Amino acid sequence: MVVSMQIAPADFDPLFAALADHTRRDIVRRAISAEEGVLELANHYPMSFAAVQKHVAVLERAGLITKQRIGRRRVVRTNLEALLVARRLLDQYEELWRARIDRMNELIAESDGAIDTVETKGSKR
Amino acid sequence: MTVTAVRKDPHRLTLTVEAEFDASVERIWQLWADPRKLERWWGPPTYPATFTKHDLAPGGRIEYHMTGAAGDQPHGYWDVLDVEPPRRILLRGGIANADGTPNKETPISTIRVSIEEVAQGRTRMSIENVFPSTEAMEQVLAMGTEEGQSQAVSQIDAILAEEIIQR
Repeated sequence: MVVSMQIAPADFDPLFAALADHTRRDIVRRAISAEEGVLELANHYPMSFAAVQKHVAVLERAGLITKQRIGRRRVVRTNLEALLVARRLLDQYEELWRARIDRMNELIAESDGAIDTVETKGSKR
Repeated sequence: MTVTAVRKDPHRLTLTVEAEFDASVERIWQLWADPRKLERWWGPPTYPATFTKHDLAPGGRIEYHMTGAAGDQPHGYWDVLDVEPPRRILLRGGIANADGTPNKETPISTIRVSIEEVAQGRTRMSIENVFPSTEAMEQVLAMGTEEGQSQAVSQIDAILAEEIIQR
């Protein structure tokens, strides 16, 4: 079954929108080392320089990358902090599920006890 | 012993949690299929969940609310996209208005549940959460977790302590 995510409302988180595209995710990965400018980055992709420039602009607006001047060059650098926000939220969500699974285990243990009680009563008759 | 794997992808905003239980597939299924069981684990003790609608069939709707100590009642809903008892559930939903209707202003996330037997009397459950945005995650986390968060942390500590003992 194919599930299509619902189109997000107008105030859609720009962070996720920026990461929803394969090329942009790739740019974010490459820009972690902060070695390349937009021109060099554009060489990695089978698309026009203008198209890559557009992707970079989307990432910049989302706060995922910044352009940094190094000497005479301007390199694209990934803003790890923005990625860490996503990571932190995933961590919190993991905690939520761990707590739920803990409660599931308690429920299972409890119904184990209930079954035992019933069986014990039955065997005493 | 319980949680066997956690996979997080901050790029795709996806979280997968795998757990194994010493119980049959049917009993793990019932944790989802029986609303009275479901509401005993969905919310933390400080924000118990009440399921007012629970139609676990393709095209069905699940509606619930959580109740805080101050009387606040955040509502949520799930649309049931796919069900294959007792092994698979696919839900898509989010935050609801007080009357149970979806709050269209808020983003929608997806939960995919898979349940399978790994050995006699041992069952693996995998839960995959896909979020449309970090904002959506923040909203879900804010639901009934003001105290629940710290509680969850202490519960995790208990789990971790257990794991150390078992090693």
